[in-house]
Amino acid sequence: MTATLDTTVTDSEPGPEETGLVRQPQRPLLELVPSTRRADVQATTALTAEQIEELGRRLDAIRDRVLDERGASDAAYIRDVIGKQRALEIGGRALLFAGVLPPAWIAGTAMLSIAKILENMEIGHNVMHGQWDWMRDPKIHSSTWEWDNVSSSAEWKHSHNYLHHTYTNVVGKDRDVGYGILRLSEEQRWTPYYLGNPLYNFLLSLFFEYGVALHDLEVEKVAAGEKSWSRVWQQVKSIGRKTGRQVFKDYLAFPALAGPFFLPVLAGNLTANVVRNVWSHAVIFCGHFPAGAVQFSEEQLADESRGEWYVRQLLGSANLDGGRFFHLMTGQLSFQIEHHLFPDLPSNRYAEIAPEVRSLCEEYGLEYTSGPLWKQYLQVLGTINRLALPNGKR
Amino acid sequence: MSALTTPLLPEDFLTLFDPLWSTTSLRGRVVARRRETDRAVSVTIEPGRAWAGHRAGQYVGIGIDVDGVRYRRSYSLSSPETAEHLTVTVQEVPGGVVSTELVRNVPIGTVVELEQAAGGFTLPDPLPGRLLFVTAGSGITPVMSMLRTLAAAAAPMPDIVLVHSARTPQDTIFAAELAGLAARHPSLRVVQRHSGVTGRLDPASLDAAVPDRAARTVYACGPDGLLDALTDAWDDVVVERFTPPARESEGTGGTVELGDSTVEVQPGQSLLEAGESAGKIMPSGCRMGICFGCVLPLREGRVRDLRTGQAHGEPGDLVQTCINSACGPASIDLP
Repeated sequence: MTATLDTTVTDSEPGPEETGLVRQPQRPLLELVPSTRRADVQATTALTAEQIEELGRRLDAIRDRVLDERGASDAAYIRDVIGKQRALEIGGRALLFAGVLPPAWIAGTAMLSIAKILENMEIGHNVMHGQWDWMRDPKIHSSTWEWDNVSSSAEWKHSHNYLHHTYTNVVGKDRDVGYGILRLSEEQRWTPYYLGNPLYNFLLSLFFEYGVALHDLEVEKVAAGEKSWSRVWQQVKSIGRKTGRQVFKDYLAFPALAGPFFLPVLAGNLTANVVRNVWSHAVIFCGHFPAGAVQFSEEQLADESRGEWYVRQLLGSANLDGGRFFHLMTGQLSFQIEHHLFPDLPSNRYAEIAPEVRSLCEEYGLEYTSGPLWKQYLQVLGTINRLALPNGKR
Repeated sequence: MSALTTPLLPEDFLTLFDPLWSTTSLRGRVVARRRETDRAVSVTIEPGRAWAGHRAGQYVGIGIDVDGVRYRRSYSLSSPETAEHLTVTVQEVPGGVVSTELVRNVPIGTVVELEQAAGGFTLPDPLPGRLLFVTAGSGITPVMSMLRTLAAAAAPMPDIVLVHSARTPQDTIFAAELAGLAARHPSLRVVQRHSGVTGRLDPASLDAAVPDRAARTVYACGPDGLLDALTDAWDDVVVERFTPPARESEGTGGTVELGDSTVEVQPGQSLLEAGESAGKIMPSGCRMGICFGCVLPLREGRVRDLRTGQAHGEPGDLVQTCINSACGPASIDLP
């Protein structure tokens, strides 16, 4: 669905029922208008400016409470996850050295895959958000963390923390909408190139870490004159160095250490990287693009208040249902809504505040999108297939 | 090796087995605690291999987690230069987060962050012919390191007078050990005073107690009032101060050293805005406190979160310049 965040003040004549009343005209600030091209809008809601700001204050209160409670048990949580992740990585790589034996290869590859997923999602992504900066531990800090991924932390923090989290789901601003490759919104003009939408998505999911690294480059900004080629070249060199180190480690150094078992180790490492790519791609795409998550246009950003920002984050994100292990493996991005409302709260707290956020949404008549991974992912794939065609009909 | 562990370091894995194996960040493990008085405890720490030792009189930076948050404080070492492990003797400061933790709670086995020993409150080589140490309260700790080092050395104890003041006999750190040292070393005279009984130390009473004071090299450590009085009255006093500079606790704005220039931050203005309007190239991002693209290290002073109104900040903290204002004078590094 698509929606319009109506921020233009239309001073219409008061209706007859309002004449004589002293109250301010209650202009619907946030009105979700059904797009002419989509018909599945359930979340048509109209909140007043006061209601939006009140909702903002209540969300602020949740945030303040968690900030107050933050302490030793949260610190112990992230240190425990980091310790287990590193132990899994050591164990997985050790088992892969015995990878000629199929059970060892399978177990080793599984352990390494889980280690890489945990490193990228529950640890790297969240540390780089500054969720753990309050501990003031230089080893677990947004300014020092470098993750096990070809995209360098500095570039990622710009395109993700800044562009994506500030301009969430704003077509043309949030580069996560399609990663510059896919058509994920009717607002993106169709060209015959997009006939390949499903294929591009499949390839993007296999090579997701490279897609992310390249999307950090924002090459289209050069064409628009907003960015210089020298800056792009600087980034290319930085990505190249990082990619070189990552590729050397997984595809040369560790296989070579295994001597005659070069190939099983290489295959295990390759598989683990692909598993991590496919998994993180699925989780991330389900966070913003299943039916129910709303996209916005740049005009809607003008003069956005704190409350409106919250509402945009709420409506632009979607959660995934699952158990504790599932949430851990998504880096708590299964609580995408809570993460987008409070990107710098420790990830282990999202599960606890999710019911409160959900009931606030019910109270204010805002849609709280959530569903199992398979269902959400099928919806995303459906959108990708549909938008391969010009009119994008359902 | 690091090619195998990139983007991490080999030690990030090795320290899973023993945190002290780190070579890039010095750490130590608490191995003993000894109660000195009701309010003071000596904490002995086994340092990691990178520890370069200390000179008697120096202090050490210790980072310890209290309720999940790392706090960094400096404490004078009380152990002799020759000791394998380092010891700090900490007296509880009312309301002090770190001193309270060290005095009351810190369990044996706790791993702490360490900095190399630093500080110029050390004895020269060769030693002066005659020395006077003036200490009050926990100001005895660096001098204790000196006395223990001198007592352990092969050379005889030089001519030393120590005048140490504490509130009461029960509050006197190292009372018994000081008396024992004086008994074993005839050239060491220890005068123990109790401010609760005879009043605080001042230059006049010290001159009365130490007639050849003018012929002695003076080292003093204690509260600011005592040290100011001594430096006003006497020449060439070597002092060590423990009290941090006073900090603003109300309002926002102030004069901020930003890199190599000085910027006035207006009340309610963010550090980022102030820096930019002064023409500085500031790292920035979302400008609403979520992306952490604007963080800069705080060198001195405090900042106030414009969102919550809370003052915060410790030297070395990375602060978000877009949502923090100054909170009195502060100093911030630019990349």
